[in-house]
Amino acid sequence: MNLPVLKAADFASDQDVRWCPGCGDYSILAQMKKVLPELGYPREKTVFISGIGCSSRFPYYMNTYGMHSIHGRAPTFATGLKSTRPELMVWVITGDGDALSIGGNHFIHCLRRNLDINIVLFNNRIYGLTKGQYSPTSVEGQVTKSTPMGAIDHPLSPLSVALAAEATFVARSIDAHVKHLGQTLKAAAEHKGTSLVEVYQNCNVFNDGAMAYAQEKKQRAENVVELEHGKPLIFGAQSDKGIRLTGNQLEVVNTADVPADDLLIHDAQAPNPAIQMMLARMRYPEMPEPIGVLRSVKGVTTYDDQINEQVTAAKAKQGDGDLNALFHSGDTWQVA
Amino acid sequence: MIDTSNSSSTSKTIETVSGITVRLCGDSGDGMQLLGTQLTNTSALAGNDVATFPDFPAEIRAPRGTRAGVSGFQVQFASREIFTPGDTLDALVVMNPAAMVTNLSDLRKGGILIANEDGFNDKEYKLAKVESNPLDADVIEQSYRVVRVAMTKLTREAVSEFGLSTKFADRCKNFFAMGLVYWLFGRSLDPTLRFIEEKFSKKPDIMNANIAALRAGWAFGETTEVFGESYQVEAAKLAPGTYRNIMGNQALAWGLIAASSVSKKEMFYGTYPITPASDILHELTRFKNFGVRTFQAEDEIAAIGATIGAAFGGSMAVTASSGPGIALKGEAMGLGIMLELPMIIINVQRGGPSTGLPTKTEQSDLLQAMYGRNGEAPMPILAPRSPGDCFDMAVEAWRIAVECMVPVMVLSDGYIANGSEPWKIPDVADLPEISCTHPAGGESEEPFLPYSRNENLARPWAVPGTPDLMHRLGGLEKEDGTGNVSYDPDNHQHMVDTRAAKVAKIAERIPDQDVFGNTSGDILVISWGGTYGACLTAVARCRDAGHDVSHAHIRYMNPMPANIGELLGSFRTILVPELNSGQLRMLLRAEYLVDCIGINKIQGKPFAVSELVDEITHHATTRRQDASARRTAKVG
Ligand SMILES: Cc1ncc(C[n+]2csc(CCOP(=O)(O)OP(=O)(O)O)c2C)c(N)n1
Ligand code: SF4
Ligand SMILES: [Mg+2]
Repeated sequence: MNLPVLKAADFASDQDVRWCPGCGDYSILAQMKKVLPELGYPREKTVFISGIGCSSRFPYYMNTYGMHSIHGRAPTFATGLKSTRPELMVWVITGDGDALSIGGNHFIHCLRRNLDINIVLFNNRIYGLTKGQYSPTSVEGQVTKSTPMGAIDHPLSPLSVALAAEATFVARSIDAHVKHLGQTLKAAAEHKGTSLVEVYQNCNVFNDGAMAYAQEKKQRAENVVELEHGKPLIFGAQSDKGIRLTGNQLEVVNTADVPADDLLIHDAQAPNPAIQMMLARMRYPEMPEPIGVLRSVKGVTTYDDQINEQVTAAKAKQGDGDLNALFHSGDTWQVA
Repeated sequence: MIDTSNSSSTSKTIETVSGITVRLCGDSGDGMQLLGTQLTNTSALAGNDVATFPDFPAEIRAPRGTRAGVSGFQVQFASREIFTPGDTLDALVVMNPAAMVTNLSDLRKGGILIANEDGFNDKEYKLAKVESNPLDADVIEQSYRVVRVAMTKLTREAVSEFGLSTKFADRCKNFFAMGLVYWLFGRSLDPTLRFIEEKFSKKPDIMNANIAALRAGWAFGETTEVFGESYQVEAAKLAPGTYRNIMGNQALAWGLIAASSVSKKEMFYGTYPITPASDILHELTRFKNFGVRTFQAEDEIAAIGATIGAAFGGSMAVTASSGPGIALKGEAMGLGIMLELPMIIINVQRGGPSTGLPTKTEQSDLLQAMYGRNGEAPMPILAPRSPGDCFDMAVEAWRIAVECMVPVMVLSDGYIANGSEPWKIPDVADLPEISCTHPAGGESEEPFLPYSRNENLARPWAVPGTPDLMHRLGGLEKEDGTGNVSYDPDNHQHMVDTRAAKVAKIAERIPDQDVFGNTSGDILVISWGGTYGACLTAVARCRDAGHDVSHAHIRYMNPMPANIGELLGSFRTILVPELNSGQLRMLLRAEYLVDCIGINKIQGKPFAVSELVDEITHHATTRRQDASARRTAKVG
């Protein structure tokens, strides 16, 4: 078949994008449009499903099929769609409040079912659309409209939650780190099973600079470690720092001070997520924060495959359903 | 030892009666539900009309021997057409004192009380909170025909040769009771023998013991001096055809399968377990070979979310729950209405509010179905009237959903869900046609309009995967035609009006309301849902007594049939019996501006025919002093 070669612009819908000027969402949208043509999947077989939030307006801006659903529940709509139409490429677009607050339940269950879909979680550590309340990823003490004396909740990391929920693909990227973001989205799309990509996204209106340590190019090298499967964990502007596993602790070391093979080698494919979980728990400012693919394991069955295989197996075993036979099964009697 | 060899024909006198109502009661571990189902099937196979009312505690195994733990199963079988499981009992079987004291009041004077004597001892009296043996009270012997049977002992004897432990041997005693009941009412043992052989084929000892217990019970009836005669109920004159016994939830599941088959759409069923809706899931999941995909979600919101996702993808999408779960689905139902996608939402109602009475029946979610969503979110609502009718209403729900591109609610209830009746098996060729069409892609000069409409005001069901029809749906208000997000005030008004008009227009596509009796006159009894049988029977009795009473039973709750207003205007008195505080009454009054009188009962129990007869008779005989006086009767 001769598929037309698509460009990023082909994926743009005719709707005006309405995010605040300077919002990190623009960059994610741009990268998505750039990556999709590279995947070579037809537009009509691509579906974006979102919840509610600034980030969740995303589907309106894509010239694919889409659904802007209800707050927190996007994974559920995706589950029904993908289970019945496994040939579609389904993306879930969600925010930190959408996925982890109101939608926390669906988020973990979607991951454990390992439906073959991709979840992109726009983490701006704030509720954008409702104008600036704190979210489950807001840092302790954060002053927001709803926490004038500082947030007293302990934040959670979407990566840790995903790992605990038996996710098979867990990654993180940054809105401003466009090349990395594109690569990560692509890796997520190529993974069979549920892929979670957390994207640090700047809300320049209600939480500007909350993740500047990772977003700003100048600071990033010191505060972020880019994971690559099979490679040692090295970071720093001069690549002078590394991560070492000592006992059951991760620690930052100067590469100059330790033998090269002391450094932790990233294993994204390790079935046991213990070390991946340690990485997910590294938090600025104590530690650099990991970006890239934390976990990518193959060979775990997917929900959509299985639900359809059971149907195929039942048809093979019992034959195609026959209404008449069903109605007359068991005890019947005649009235003349 | 009792001779169990000859258990097919009795040598005693047989009295023919037109119908029998029996209730079987014991501890929830005593196997009364099994006994009841078997008696029902056997009676149906004998050609009787049957109606059942299983009644179980909410606890799986409530403390043994207590009143709270009593599980009952009532069945009426008759040689005439019947519509209810009966009011008063001709026979009551009780396995322990708790079962006796909680059920005796329903046994008619002179009725047969069969008691498992071995279940009556000091320990059991304590558990049942009775002072002494309730069987010994003088009034008992005077009022009923009491038959004390040492069922446990006789069962142990009957099964002794199979070397079962006492525990397992005692478990056979429900089959002993069954055998005795079968003897008493001239039932054939064969269907139950077949059942036992199939069910216990892998455990021959248990199989043989149960068979022996069943036969021993039968032989006991034949030999004991207590029974001078047995009874027989001849086959009912039902419409010709092939019949089977069917339960409401089963009929709903089969109706969905039939709808899926005739519309050539594989079914997606998303749900979260809840009594009394779970059995639909259990039934559907056995039929994956019909292309049924069942999804046990993490909660009811996920269940309807997945259902909407499947509908978007072009499947026949169904979700089901009971009141508490339907409450959780509210926001998503509103989305389904905005998306204008076809799907079915089933509510098998139970006693509420909150967790309420999970195993008891009620009709208290009608207003929730009508209005239990934010915003202006009208939805078509259908309500089956009997177990068998669940089949037809399921098919009808899908027809309307597809033709009008709208989510449709089916309101069943615990009473019809668990009840059963003979069901005339339909000819597959006679099932309604339901055609689902999807627009095809293809380059076109005109842009695709996902919210353009046909004569039903339905929009096109364009599914992902179709080239050139890419569009975005969502819960933000849609611009008519394009489906683009729109905050335009006039458009919002237009869309709210259009969604309502679409539902209202369905009245053109449903049959007129039929009436039993006359289309005008003195009293109209107007009912809906599972109270059909009781209301119909009560009205028939009142008519026999010479009263000018007619009956209309609504199955299309929203929109209602086009002639309802006219009907209401044609009677002097409108009576609305409901198992709620007056929800249909409120709708009728609001919509048609007619005075209606409620007959309301909220006890987790169905109406007894007699209480309706009393109420109707009261209205038929007392001239109303003040034409505008409103009265809500509390019955029961
Ligand atoms: C059921 C429900 N509750 C609350 C809201 C209000 N609401 C809309 S978006 C939102 C939070 C969004 O935060 P997040 O998911 O982080 O998305 P962001 O806007 O930051 O991208 C809330 C509380 C809603 N739309 N629906
Ligand atoms: S409020 Fe924040 S997240 Fe929302 S669009 Fe504006 S900048 Fe972006
Ligand atoms: Mg946010």
